[in-house]
Amino acid sequence: MTLTVLQRLEAESMHIMREVVAECERPVMLYSIGKDSSVMLHLAMKAFYPAKLPFPLLHIDTTWKFREMIAFRDATAKRLGLDLHVYVNPEGLKMGINPFTHGSALHTDVMKTQALKQALDAYGFDSAFGGARRDEERSRAKERVFSIRSAQHQWDPKQQRPELWRLYNTRKRKGESLRVFPLSNWTEIDVWHYIHLESIPVVPLYFAKPRPVVWRDGAWILVDDDRMPIGPGEAPEMREVRFRTLGCYPLSGAIDSRAATVPAIIQEILQTRLSERQGRMIDHDQSASMEKKKVDGYF
Amino acid sequence: MSSPDVETYLRTQERRSLLRFITCGSVDDGKSTLIGRLLYDSKMVFEDQLAALAVDSKKVGTRGGDLDFALLVDGLSAEREQGITIDVAYRFFSTDKRHFIVADTPGHEQYTRNMVTGASTADLAVILIDARKGVLTQTRRHSFIVALLGIRRVVAAINKMDLVDYSRGVFNQIQRDYDECAARIGLTDVTCIPVSAIHGHNIAARGPEMSWYDGPTLFEQLESVEIGHEEASRPFRMPVQWTNRPDSTFRGSAGLIVSGAVRLDDPVRILPSGSDSRVARILVGDRDVDTAASGQSVTVTLTDDVDVSRGDVLVARDAPPSVAGRW
Repeated sequence: MTLTVLQRLEAESMHIMREVVAECERPVMLYSIGKDSSVMLHLAMKAFYPAKLPFPLLHIDTTWKFREMIAFRDATAKRLGLDLHVYVNPEGLKMGINPFTHGSALHTDVMKTQALKQALDAYGFDSAFGGARRDEERSRAKERVFSIRSAQHQWDPKQQRPELWRLYNTRKRKGESLRVFPLSNWTEIDVWHYIHLESIPVVPLYFAKPRPVVWRDGAWILVDDDRMPIGPGEAPEMREVRFRTLGCYPLSGAIDSRAATVPAIIQEILQTRLSERQGRMIDHDQSASMEKKKVDGYF
Repeated sequence: MSSPDVETYLRTQERRSLLRFITCGSVDDGKSTLIGRLLYDSKMVFEDQLAALAVDSKKVGTRGGDLDFALLVDGLSAEREQGITIDVAYRFFSTDKRHFIVADTPGHEQYTRNMVTGASTADLAVILIDARKGVLTQTRRHSFIVALLGIRRVVAAINKMDLVDYSRGVFNQIQRDYDECAARIGLTDVTCIPVSAIHGHNIAARGPEMSWYDGPTLFEQLESVEIGHEEASRPFRMPVQWTNRPDSTFRGSAGLIVSGAVRLDDPVRILPSGSDSRVARILVGDRDVDTAASGQSVTVTLTDDVDVSRGDVLVARDAPPSVAGRW
């Protein structure tokens, strides 16, 4: 019996998750609501069936996520009976940090990176699953599946541990924690192919449909609510668009697309000449910016 | 491509096999450049990445403003500043026949430990050799580690042939040297290919420069080399990772089958305790199956209420491993 590439990836991801549950005291799954999180969650449901998920989910809410993401998150938690924690950085909220006035770098640092560190400390989680894939970005391509973080949640890319065969090292010093990436070896196409085969629900924003958008800084930004300031010379227009990745709505560029089904999305990805993260403003706010964020503790 | 074509494409994808390989060898032999070239030639580099590469190549490149493919894989700031590879990077590309996961490993002696991490999951090793320098200490060291980790298939890519005037004599001499080195450490399946990663010669395409060479290009070799899954034909073994016990009605042992296959009602033994039982249920995810094979993550329940927990191994009762108390 020869396994397909997807069957191998599925088995590997399940093996990784079981290893964490067997060896770590307080695991948590970082749930970002995106397609990768959907696949990771689906794999986890399989890995621990018939038991319920032996860990909670954590969503770091920047309060600037698309409304459809929040609706999807709550519906998913209900449908699967998940133990979902939602955390917002209270100081950032008090200060009114937002991407429009404070810029993407500060907003991401306060509302995502600092918020994540606060939440992990507050709940005392010692290991956190993330849906990052190595094909997404060049510093992620360098990270181990089990990535050790200091007590300050920092990643030191020059001090990564050996990680041989399927032997994963879960030992930590006091205060240290692990970020674990079960989808490390999946590609964008693998994720969509698997969503297609397994009929995994994803946020409707991935599918093309006419939406009100504004052209800003080289990207189509969705006017998701009335907090979005419309500048002089800007006029929202209805365009048939979809999102290749989802984050905070003011920082996620939509692409012109007619792909309204999963096969159509796969077809579009095969034909496109641009990478997945091209619509992510936060990747481009400075050179090597993903690596800097990871070093600071971003997942 | 219309929708039915996508379905066809996806079915083809499902038939494709997976080859994991590493690139290794001494520092500056062109490993990262080779991977950059593989990605570029298999059209896996996107326009925005190419634009970023062009900017980076001007800023920190070592190619006098030409595209420096190594910058596609050297993803850490410290690597880009110094122009070296510190840790292993994983990259993904596909051809019509195969899906590839390649680990680009560091050549520096002090980062050999990171090369080992990359090598441990590889089916094949591409060992680069600088045609001007021939077989070096680090070439031998990496070859030895490759052999030690059980990688049987090796491609020795004699790189930078452009810098030795595409000389057949130089290639033949290095091939002889390397074959001798490989034979001594027990590597028997070695293919030597003369390449120029910078120019792409004998990577995806041939050129008139080395018309004397009639062996496979690197792509041809990677696409056609047989991936033996020898573990499939060995007896059943499954290390137990975790006990799944949601309530009193279900107790299953979760794990990844490392060799052989298991069927319903198969007699199994639990090691090290030596207790015997039979397979009652096999779950792949939430699906009950009659049989499962090496490479799959499963949950197995047994017909008897025997002690089995993390660290134990489920094995075929009719072909158990030999157990010893001392070496």
